[in-house]
Amino acid sequence: MSAKRAERLVNLVIALLGTRQYVTAARIRATVPGYEPDDGTARADEAFKRMFERDKAELREMGVPLETGRTSVFDTEDGYRIARADYELPEITLTGEEAAAVGLALRLWESAQLAGAAQSALVKLRAAGVDVDPARALPVQPRLDSDEPAFEPCYTAARDRRVLTFDYRRPDEDAPARRRVQPWGVVAWHGRWYLVGLDLDRQAPRVFRLSRVVGTPRAGGPEGAFEPPADVDLSALVARQAGGEEHLVVVRARPGTAVGLRRWATPLGAGPDGDDRLQLRTTEPWRLADQLAAYGPDVVVESPQAVRAAVVERLTRLAAMGEQA
Amino acid sequence: MTGPATNERMTRLLSLVPYLTARPGGVPLAEAARDFGVPERQLRRDLDLLWMCGLPGYGPGDLIDLAFEGDRVRVTFTAGMVRPLRLTTDEAVALVVALRTLLELPGLAEQEAVSRALAKVSAAAGHAAERVTPVALSVDAREQSLAVVRRGLEQGRALHLHYYVPTRDERTERTVDPLRLLLVDGRSYLEAWCRRAEGLRLFRLDRVDDVEVLDEPAAPPPGVHLRDLDNGIYQPEPGAPVVRLRLARTARWVAEYYPVEDVREVDDPPGGLAVALRTGDLAWARRLVASLGGAAGVEEPAELAGAVAADARAALARYGEQAGA
Repeated sequence: MSAKRAERLVNLVIALLGTRQYVTAARIRATVPGYEPDDGTARADEAFKRMFERDKAELREMGVPLETGRTSVFDTEDGYRIARADYELPEITLTGEEAAAVGLALRLWESAQLAGAAQSALVKLRAAGVDVDPARALPVQPRLDSDEPAFEPCYTAARDRRVLTFDYRRPDEDAPARRRVQPWGVVAWHGRWYLVGLDLDRQAPRVFRLSRVVGTPRAGGPEGAFEPPADVDLSALVARQAGGEEHLVVVRARPGTAVGLRRWATPLGAGPDGDDRLQLRTTEPWRLADQLAAYGPDVVVESPQAVRAAVVERLTRLAAMGEQA
Repeated sequence: MTGPATNERMTRLLSLVPYLTARPGGVPLAEAARDFGVPERQLRRDLDLLWMCGLPGYGPGDLIDLAFEGDRVRVTFTAGMVRPLRLTTDEAVALVVALRTLLELPGLAEQEAVSRALAKVSAAAGHAAERVTPVALSVDAREQSLAVVRRGLEQGRALHLHYYVPTRDERTERTVDPLRLLLVDGRSYLEAWCRRAEGLRLFRLDRVDDVEVLDEPAAPPPGVHLRDLDNGIYQPEPGAPVVRLRLARTARWVAEYYPVEDVREVDDPPGGLAVALRTGDLAWARRLVASLGGAAGVEEPAELAGAVAADARAALARYGEQAGA
């Protein structure tokens, strides 16, 4: 933005903040420096109009509450003003500890999608008199995956409550499928970004991993087209999809082996062959079967039969791999 | 999020006078520049511009007035700009979501301070924070080890770790000099100088079984370079040996999870991917391939496939015995 335009916008904000009356565009043109002066030509009028429209849009985009209206019934056209109470950040006083928490929290965004918004929030808090020192003694470097092109369109659509259309490719499907969703929000869960929303074709809540979105999602229709359930817990929805029913699995491990399993297993004592019997709780039995197969001859599944069969199936495939090589 | 580059300067210009108003004693220019995250040169340009702005009339008594005393600046006439602009929705989301995330990391910040800061920030954000927040971050919380590691960092003391190494499936003990905490993609890590390995190491906190702060001071060797996280947490050495895998459809996630090169779509297996991983740790590659249960074939090196298959045959023999075959 040019210095001239920045100066004009600051003066416009000050002028409209400093009045209770609505100020007409003509009056603004005559007083605020930097606008195309009225020389009676249609060309100058047109140039002013364009400039003023752009300025209004810019201020509204920044969140400046620009009001339009008429001060009295005798006014012949609308004017503009900024209500101070709507413009100003309310009083906020933070203790040193609270300010440190804010500083630390905002570092979560340092390299991530909302980095710009976090930085300007910090600037405003400081301008409100809060001393936030993000570089406090504790050397913490938070980092979120910042390389997710689908984040911005998904986040913006969820923020504005607009319907989102995108192509989604599950890893076990060859071709992407078109999805139409009321986006409720974007969630970082265990290091990955997900979109949560109401799938309009399935009429049920669904969770989508952003890295599987193909191309750029498109928002359509009006803003505020829906309202997410008031009590929706986005993280819990993602967690529930990843989780599931709990299963008990009993394995036998050779003494001194399967250290990783023992870190979270319940020991059941020694088995008849001298192996240690271990009980494992899991919501993802097939993932556990993957892990158990990777322990090779050190671990044998006792029960349930389904997990035992799943491990044998994996081992059979792995054993065949050597023959091909 | 909308047009941060365009709005950044305007946000600063509208915040500078309130910032100085909140600090009536004046602020060193260098400190103000740091607080706004810009070079001092830029801050001077901003102040010069503001000096030209003010209330309609724009005479000497209407313009913003600043006083420079030595290296300090203070405001003597505000032209009515005494408070910063309200938070935008994006700014409120960045703040509220980051503070909620800190609540999930109880070891990292004083929980009561975080809760109070969250309440105050939400109140100040007003309507911007009232709606269902369109973003959530969920992190892996390891309360106890996080709190101990943080104490070691704050007090500058060495740590004694009991650490589980999954690639070798063993528990290790070591003394380390802590350098920083990392929160990367939802997981917490300690980056430290390991005295046993005589090198810089990353320790995932969910693999720390026990940690204590030692009396002796942390003494990492001078000139240790912290790793650059821009390429992710897994940083294979470029010269490390190549492992070539052929991933079936169900194992395609490997390419999303680990840094891979030479990615090619292949028809055998259908919907498969050929990828190359670089690792000097064949034990890790062996575990990875085994845990994929046959969904990944090894193209290179041949001894990797052989080792995985031999393990699997030995394991099958154990199942055979138990099945009474």
